[in-house]
Amino acid sequence: MTQQGLTQRGTAQKSVQQEDMTKEGITGEALRSAPLRQRRTAGALLPWVTTPALVLVLVLAWHAYVERSGISAFILPPPAAVWDAWTGLIIATQTWRHTAATVYETLAGFFWASLIGVGLGVMIGRIRWLERVINPFVIATQVVPKVALVPLLIVWFGFGMPSKIVIAAIFAFFPILTNTVLGVKSLDPGHRDVMISLNASRLWVFRRLELPSAMPYILSGMEVGIVLGLIGAVVGEYLGGNTGLGYLLVARMNAYETDMLFAVIVHMTMVGFVFYFGIGAVRQLLIPWHESVASDHKTRS
Amino acid sequence: MPLVVDQSPSAATGIRLSAVEKWYGSAQQPVHALSATDLDIAAGELVVLLGPSGCGKTTLLRMLGGLIRPTHGDIAIGSRTLWSADQRDGTSMAELGLVFQEPNLFPWLTVAQNIALPLELRGVPAAERIRRAAELAALVGIQGFEQRWPRELSGGMRQRAAIARSLAHDPRILLMDEPFGALDAMTRDAMNLELQRIWMATGKTIVLVTHSITEAVFLADRIVLLSPRPGRIDWICPVEFARPRAIELQSEGAFQALASALRKRLQAMA
Repeated sequence: MTQQGLTQRGTAQKSVQQEDMTKEGITGEALRSAPLRQRRTAGALLPWVTTPALVLVLVLAWHAYVERSGISAFILPPPAAVWDAWTGLIIATQTWRHTAATVYETLAGFFWASLIGVGLGVMIGRIRWLERVINPFVIATQVVPKVALVPLLIVWFGFGMPSKIVIAAIFAFFPILTNTVLGVKSLDPGHRDVMISLNASRLWVFRRLELPSAMPYILSGMEVGIVLGLIGAVVGEYLGGNTGLGYLLVARMNAYETDMLFAVIVHMTMVGFVFYFGIGAVRQLLIPWHESVASDHKTRS
Repeated sequence: MPLVVDQSPSAATGIRLSAVEKWYGSAQQPVHALSATDLDIAAGELVVLLGPSGCGKTTLLRMLGGLIRPTHGDIAIGSRTLWSADQRDGTSMAELGLVFQEPNLFPWLTVAQNIALPLELRGVPAAERIRRAAELAALVGIQGFEQRWPRELSGGMRQRAAIARSLAHDPRILLMDEPFGALDAMTRDAMNLELQRIWMATGKTIVLVTHSITEAVFLADRIVLLSPRPGRIDWICPVEFARPRAIELQSEGAFQALASALRKRLQAMA
């Protein structure tokens, strides 16, 4: 059963059983869905309340623990110290230089991973023998502990940005590839029949059927890929060079500035969020028709 | 490509099947889906292919629609041959509008864009497409829903949109493969009435596949009864109730007599 089939069945059950022969029938159905929409909006607002509340609870618990246990600030600094460190961090121009480097490396790596991942994915998804030939290698690139490749890549590409871009690309590549392959293969045979019956050219089949049909899968791959790419870039920065948030993190650790270490982690998390929601925005822009976009209002925002 | 909305009854074309035969499967284990079949369908006629599963009715329809190629024999759409070697005849294909059991609407296109897809593929300008989509939406009774996504429509409304799409490029022949099979009984009755109305308004030739005896008797000018293993024509039965037919016809004696005669023949096949 394809996703499409499931979706249709689900919606069909939701909609009114009796068919609407009259015009009143049709409007009646449209009206009936109005309270449903309101319930959805209420659900969408919930995280705006619960998320800050839960974060607050967590911070209070952290504060209480530090107060009571008298734990050393080198091991666990109090939230207030982290807050001070963080505000200091984000007003420093140096921080933004490092952030820009990491963001650039992540985006450049993500770009190449998307280009190669989608291109190769489309080919693998369509050509069965190619899939058989390439699959072992694709799995190998996934099974090898990618972190183990980092020193090698630094030897090859130097301590500058190119090595980090390559690392970010390798981290981001796999989910984009596998999702693209899945997307290309998940073509609904009924949709294909429609295009055949309309005598559509290959170009039209690609533009109007294959590409939009694979798009939700590709974007899911990208959503995972961009966050993995950020991890790749940061890991690369740990091991070599003197720019980027990874470098900043290691430098703070070596200086025993634990509060600053926390602040950098918070900062990196923010950057990750921006990437993640960036892809989410692209998703809303490119596939507004997809169920995931409609339901995302509930779960994501 | 002429795009005049010609809905006069003269804008129909007949279909002729000459010794059309279909085999599936490998050379070691061939499956005889349809034995050599001859059938003439007149222009403007509403023919229903009726039979149990495995009787080759869907295979037959998919061959008429150019989706699969006959193993032997010829299919003529009007005066043109549909298949020559491995090639479909583009002109013949343009005469066909297909409706499937599933609506098969593209979820990434709005209802209007779905309806106008055949026009878009033919390079019709956007303004004309919008006009035509609105016209067709009205014809099938889903006006006002043109800008919705397909997932926002009920099953019956989606199938109406699919019918509108199949009519968009003004084909002379409509091929329908169990188009209402996935709908509940009440929706189905309503859609049968709608289809009769659309057929009478447009004068298309319609070939419809079903396994519902009631649907067949209600809609058909002629019922082609198919029997399985291998699929072949068992009986061709003219249905001569006056049109437009109302749902009440289904409870009349003559209707039920014909339905039970068909049921008996179908039971004899099992």
